[in-house]
Amino acid sequence: MRSALAAVLTSCALALVGCEKKASAPPPPSAPSGGTAAAPSGGTPGVTGDTILLGEVGSLTGSEATFGISTRNAIELAIREVNAAGGVKGKKIEIRVYDNQSKPEEAAQAANRLINQDNVLLILGEVASSNSMAMAEKAQPAKVPMISNASTNPKVTEIGDYIFRVCFIDPFQGYVMAKFAHDNLKLTKVAVLRDLGSAYSQGLADVFERKFTEMGGKIVARETYTKGSTDFRSQLTAIKRASPDAIYIPGYNDIGLIARQARELGVTAKLMGGDGWDSEKLFELGGSAIEGSYFSNHYSPDDPNPRIQKFIADYKAAFGSVPDSLAALGYDAAMVAVDAIKRAPSFDRAAIRDAIAQTKNFPGVTGTITLDDKRNATKPAVVLEVGKGKTKYVATIAP
Amino acid sequence: MPAWLRGLVPVLIAIAVLAVLQLLLGHLPFFVYLASIVGVNVILAVSLNIVNGMTGQFSIGHAGFMAVGAYTAGKLSFLLKDVAIAGLPAVVSDQVQFLGTLLAGGAAAAICGFIVGLPSLRLRGDYLAIVTLGFGEIIRVIVQNMEVFGRALGLSGIPQTSSLFAVWFCVFLVVLVARRIVGSTHGRSLWAIREDEVAAEAMGVNTTGYKVRAFVISSFFAGVAGGLFAHFVPIINPGSFTFVKSIEVVVMVVLGGLGSTTGAIVAAVILTLLPEALRTLFLQLGGLGAGVSLAQKVDQIRMPVYGILLVVLMLVRPQGLFGTREVWDLLPRWIPRARKGLT
Repeated sequence: MRSALAAVLTSCALALVGCEKKASAPPPPSAPSGGTAAAPSGGTPGVTGDTILLGEVGSLTGSEATFGISTRNAIELAIREVNAAGGVKGKKIEIRVYDNQSKPEEAAQAANRLINQDNVLLILGEVASSNSMAMAEKAQPAKVPMISNASTNPKVTEIGDYIFRVCFIDPFQGYVMAKFAHDNLKLTKVAVLRDLGSAYSQGLADVFERKFTEMGGKIVARETYTKGSTDFRSQLTAIKRASPDAIYIPGYNDIGLIARQARELGVTAKLMGGDGWDSEKLFELGGSAIEGSYFSNHYSPDDPNPRIQKFIADYKAAFGSVPDSLAALGYDAAMVAVDAIKRAPSFDRAAIRDAIAQTKNFPGVTGTITLDDKRNATKPAVVLEVGKGKTKYVATIAP
Repeated sequence: MPAWLRGLVPVLIAIAVLAVLQLLLGHLPFFVYLASIVGVNVILAVSLNIVNGMTGQFSIGHAGFMAVGAYTAGKLSFLLKDVAIAGLPAVVSDQVQFLGTLLAGGAAAAICGFIVGLPSLRLRGDYLAIVTLGFGEIIRVIVQNMEVFGRALGLSGIPQTSSLFAVWFCVFLVVLVARRIVGSTHGRSLWAIREDEVAAEAMGVNTTGYKVRAFVISSFFAGVAGGLFAHFVPIINPGSFTFVKSIEVVVMVVLGGLGSTTGAIVAAVILTLLPEALRTLFLQLGGLGAGVSLAQKVDQIRMPVYGILLVVLMLVRPQGLFGTREVWDLLPRWIPRARKGLT
């Protein structure tokens, strides 16, 4: 027993001594499981006689289900429109949607299934960045193009050259709100309340704090909470003591409850947030407490642009509700994909990838989309004010 | 055949069988992924069964130990990504590192298990449940707040060095350990504690010692399962190790039959594959026609259906699928087998 232990320890020590730097060229991912990028035999992946099969992974159940469902609806709407207009290159588009229960390992599994079993041409999705990253890690080695509709974390598209997105990234949104608070609202003292359980919230809060300080403003209080909490009174009391002009709360659905409790405690500061606020639930949960708050977003439903109004009307007719920004992004992701398939010289995945990368001035619902060399969309953001049961467009902030 | 060799025979057979499977099926990415998830859940269920089933304690923080293993092993692998062991080909060196990180993950989880188990297992009653529940949440919150573990976004970029062989060899090991425990003096003591702790103590069983040892072994394997998980799931995120995950494992153990390793295995396999099977079923039902297929509509009701199936199973067989029986109890007499302390 003792000698066996000694042997193990010695070999460990030897192994440590014998370590060296790996050769610069990274070896192909794990020998046994890798090397299966090629599609099963029989023509171009995802394209059969008269249909083109696309895949989508979304959070249809779990903590982010409201986003997943509106995204799914909008993508379905886009596909229906394209098919009604005769499809692409004479073929109908079909989409296969899998649920990931808002969990990354399920997202990887669903993406894996779409790529290897269903053999789709390209993948759309997800909203949450960690889920998109899990999918991207499967799509990139298999060389399947993927367009994320609403993952704003910068790391997502860094995974590889087959991964794109049609939304702006976190640093930009943090900057937008900092600029709006400083230039438009002329605020000087802001408190930040962030969700520790969400990478999105952390990303926005970090950039906001940095940019706002750089512009000459002051962050007077920094408080945190965790997704799923229901009592925010202690944080809000601490914030109240610092008497800020506004509170920046980049979160999701918790904002309704936070706003109510803030008003109960007599906090009168303006509330500000990011695109995570944009949901039908905002008014339901926030009620009058949320009125007069501002948040940055991808698009505004009041925009008179006929393209946007037509999308809103169609979506309402099909699903009976006003599309949130995630729906708008889902629609754009599908349309960018369709546009790329149209422009690509063949149905080859590499050709499709190149076509997506060349997307320039694409007229989307969320603005004119141009993909930069880092495969991120560059486009302006809008700031909305929350009113009674609806939002009002306030400003557009360009990159 | 000398005794030490006889002990090694099953291991050699397992290695051979798994190597063949790896060669035959290792190139099917979806199959490998699914088999790996199933394997990890089997390890979790079988290891939890050592505590919840055989010893009759109630731990509901298995996801916490899994998280410790996953983050320890994952972070180590991540740090060692650009390092190779001199004199070994890259593939071999990767596998050696993988093995090392797995052991480290398991050891870290085992240490946590010892720290958590020692005070709470001295007591009788539900304290362990509360402490393990708290532990699971603490680990998740710690990870969520630490930049080195990627905070809420999770840890990505871990080399994906896991394989069908690695996962299922660990499955084999945990089953072997569970089986050997049952057949040993140790196992008999555990069963005695499960049936009546006071009587066991009166008969001279060091109850705390046995309980803590069982708990540490169980935690070790949960850590190993986490380590494996980190090496085939592209991103590990605190959201994967919530209380819900712990409950999932408890459900597997209860459904399979508290105390039955076979039951834990079967339940883990069924419960993991069921959602995916429902997906396939719905796809078949929906057909591949144009427009909106039924599959799309129904994919999101998979989980409720899963819940209903669970309720039905528990109503029909409240003692679990296998009770306390094992599949190897059915083997012919001449094959040596383990005996339980009680039946």
